[in-house]
Amino acid sequence: MTHVLSDGWVIARAHLLHWVRNPAAILSGLLYPIVMVLLFGYVFGSAMAVAGAGENYREYLMPGMFGQTMAVGITTTLIVVTTQASRGVTDRYRSMPVSQTGVVLGRAIADMAGSTLELTILIACGMAVGWSWHNGPLNALAAMGLLLLLRFSLIWVGIFAGLKLTPEAASASWMIMLPLTMVANTFVSPAQMPGWMGALAEWNPLSATVAACRQLFGNPGFAGESWAAQHAVLLAVAWPVAITLVFLPLSARAYRRLSR
Amino acid sequence: MSHSEAMNSYSIVAEGLTKRFGGAHALDGFDLTVREGTLCGLLGPNGAGKTTAVRILATLLRADGGRATVAGLDVAAQPAKVRQVIGLASQEPAVDEILTGRENLVLWGRLYHLDAKRAARRADELLEQFGLTEAAGKRIKHYSGGMRRRLDLAATFIQAPRVLFLDEPTTGLDPRNRNEVWQAVRALVTDGSTVLLTTQYLDEADQLADQIAVLREGRVIADDTPDRLKSSIGGDRLDLVLRDQRDLQEAGDVLAAFGPPVADPDARRLTAPVADRMHALGQVMRELEAKGIEVEDVALRRPTLDEVFLKVTA
Repeated sequence: MTHVLSDGWVIARAHLLHWVRNPAAILSGLLYPIVMVLLFGYVFGSAMAVAGAGENYREYLMPGMFGQTMAVGITTTLIVVTTQASRGVTDRYRSMPVSQTGVVLGRAIADMAGSTLELTILIACGMAVGWSWHNGPLNALAAMGLLLLLRFSLIWVGIFAGLKLTPEAASASWMIMLPLTMVANTFVSPAQMPGWMGALAEWNPLSATVAACRQLFGNPGFAGESWAAQHAVLLAVAWPVAITLVFLPLSARAYRRLSR
Repeated sequence: MSHSEAMNSYSIVAEGLTKRFGGAHALDGFDLTVREGTLCGLLGPNGAGKTTAVRILATLLRADGGRATVAGLDVAAQPAKVRQVIGLASQEPAVDEILTGRENLVLWGRLYHLDAKRAARRADELLEQFGLTEAAGKRIKHYSGGMRRRLDLAATFIQAPRVLFLDEPTTGLDPRNRNEVWQAVRALVTDGSTVLLTTQYLDEADQLADQIAVLREGRVIADDTPDRLKSSIGGDRLDLVLRDQRDLQEAGDVLAAFGPPVADPDARRLTAPVADRMHALGQVMRELEAKGIEVEDVALRRPTLDEVFLKVTA
């Protein structure tokens, strides 16, 4: 127990060193949302009329981009967890007097640090294309907190799935994540989708976070008819908490089951 | 033997370990005792259960049945304590590609809860010991397969473990690298550690092991010193190399009087076990001469571990 924090920090630092050594990996990770901002902000956005988006589509788009980047961050967790398991790193940890909680804590610290950096750069990128917050810095910070809370909850999904998948499957998970993040209010209003898909999009956990962010940042497009849309902030807290409550114990169990 | 006795003199005791994966028995009554400060080679064909046995003893897997102690500690009941005193090198080097060799060792040292200074000092000692000092500052992605393997082994040596598990530690290494690994393992045994090593190379077991256990279908089917295992399959071997392949059949009949001969037609070679070596040699040569069979080479030798292996796993 005494070693949880120190082991966690040692492991997190090794992960962080990877970025310092390999900035190309982080840059390529960032390039995707930046390209999407440009594509949707200028190419599609100029041809789209999104219900409730107001005059400036980029004001509507940016909170969606932030949310999508947090959600897709799960693939980072997945890939690291599967790679370490297949290369015997996980086995070595398990054969050592390392705190197993510390190993997971290190993973979480590294993932959260990475996502915080991504979010910061993306916010700067948003400001460069004319997006900004309108309800003061405190509300803006609260919105960023909700975004990181979503990312935090997905760490446990990533660890759980990562212990069950091969590295190849983990790399392909990106293809599943992308549509999951689009059947939501990220780029367009669910009201414009076919009925069943719109309902799915309304209740997508990502939609709750994105709608809550629009509300807190003072960006257009958060209002809606449905209960989910009207209680976005509540859901933006409830969803990640529920996901964590389910997947944190599940990932701990998957870890224990490695010895079966 | 009582358990307390076992704990004093044996570092590894496994009694009736069983493990199933799905319906298949990976281990089916695995028994093994390894004396403290010795090296036991675990041999067996692929799929015999070598890796499963190592993973159970190293606390990575739970056995379905049976019990095992490592350094006197029950692997199922006290896994955390077992982990304090063991080292494990799996078949794949568990090294971090993006870090340097030295950073890898410092990282593992910190996770063994050495303070920063001691972890750094230990890393330098091990780099020296494994001939990696020059490559210490290079990232692992620039290391050769042999260098990765040595670094992985070095990591298991950080604490001078009381019991070391090596799962095929030299697979894929060239002879020079293999020799370096062997030297390091020998040094550790000399310092009092107990080593359980799985290998596919019989010469590796012959070189290093004080004890050899042969595994088949999840059970130990032979367990003794290399010398006694060789003797157990019946005395010496007589090798004959004939000048003419067509004489193989007739020469084989001569040898059959001593033991069942094995023929290798391409090498024109016949091998048979013989009990009384000098008597057998004289008689075989006289009879071959009488039959006019020309002999190119003749040798009396001890059985090899290969022959033991083939015999007991057949």
